[in-house]
Amino acid sequence: MSGFTALVARDLKLVWRRPGDVGLVLAFFIVATVLFPLGIGPESNLLARIAGGVLWCAALFASLLSLDRLFAADYEDGTLDLLLLAPWPLELAALAKCAAHWIVTGLPLAILAPVMGGAFGLELRSQGALALTLLVGTPALSLIGGLAAALTLGARRGGALLALLALPLCVPTLIFGASAVEVLVTGEGFATHLAILAALALVSLATLPWAIAAALRQAGE
Amino acid sequence: MVDRRGMAPAFLDVSGLSCRRGGRRVFEGLSFGLGAGELLTLTGPNGSGKTTLLRALALLVPSDAGAIQWRGADVTADREAWRKRLGWLGHQEGLKADLSVRENISIACRLRGESVHRNRIDEALAAFDLVRLSHRPARTLSAGQRRRAALARLVAGEAQVWLLDEPFNALDAPSQAALRDVMETHIEDGGLAIAATHVSLGLRGARTLELGK
Repeated sequence: MSGFTALVARDLKLVWRRPGDVGLVLAFFIVATVLFPLGIGPESNLLARIAGGVLWCAALFASLLSLDRLFAADYEDGTLDLLLLAPWPLELAALAKCAAHWIVTGLPLAILAPVMGGAFGLELRSQGALALTLLVGTPALSLIGGLAAALTLGARRGGALLALLALPLCVPTLIFGASAVEVLVTGEGFATHLAILAALALVSLATLPWAIAAALRQAGE
Repeated sequence: MVDRRGMAPAFLDVSGLSCRRGGRRVFEGLSFGLGAGELLTLTGPNGSGKTTLLRALALLVPSDAGAIQWRGADVTADREAWRKRLGWLGHQEGLKADLSVRENISIACRLRGESVHRNRIDEALAAFDLVRLSHRPARTLSAGQRRRAALARLVAGEAQVWLLDEPFNALDAPSQAALRDVMETHIEDGGLAIAATHVSLGLRGARTLELGK
């Protein structure tokens, strides 16, 4: 596990040295979500109803923004070779990279989203639910995005390809994340949705590190 | 094929190794052995497969045929144990631009699952005259200084088998001498080294394998 924690700590330190990258992601999220109330107008009922979908979509796009550098930076500077040659499973390295990505994007987005939910007229309870669904759901986004980032490593126009690969795979998470907030607005419980989101995240956790590691080995050849 | 008559039993034994890349045969039926404290220089024209051989030995590139054995056991049987023995210096230095030289070295040690020995890192930095630069971010270094930092990382590690791809690239004369010194020490301590290089190492006991003949 020492290699795993060392890799997470290294990636967090790199983000700390260059905080602008994360700042850009969060700024994009804020700007993208603010555009909706401005475009649709002050119809509070409509805004509250679409808030879940809009905030989840914006969170998905925002987390994709930073994913194209997830493995590309290591690939370009040669540190990917050092990870491939590390005497511990590459699957753990893939998981560590995704975990670091989640800590610097998924986690801040989950904290920021309820604040933005206020602009959509979401009640306090719905804002809490939104934060909770993002907390549970965004790890799946980081892992799915990690797979797309690994598969597009070294490809021309990798960024666009990454989005094309990752977005369809994120649809189940998006549907259950957005609808969890929506059902709460209509007065129903969201426990089922949250359980499904957790299941999706766990399935991603149990399968995707292996797929990411295989893609990284391929890229390293 | 490298002649090993009259030498100590090989630790590393490569037999009949073949590799194809993109449908093209890079090398075929390559065999050599390397004992403790031995150095092998890979020479040959550009494209003759020196880098591919190094990557195949590190199991980064799959080989089509042949075997790589360490003390009689196939290295693919326990890849992690084999990787623990390997020290790697590729074309790219593998340095993080935003981390200092010292941070790059200590993090690389941790990523290899090794404990970080401050003295060892200090010695490695001193060997390549990097003490003054140790707190500078890697992005501010020149090409030669980056190469030296990558070599210091290799020296600070505990790897027994060094795989070096053009280690003399971008190095000035004093740094080349420093590299020869650390390679000599590594070999004297019973380590093994395989280096793809166009520069003569000028080290005693270095053998040569010419590719692309």
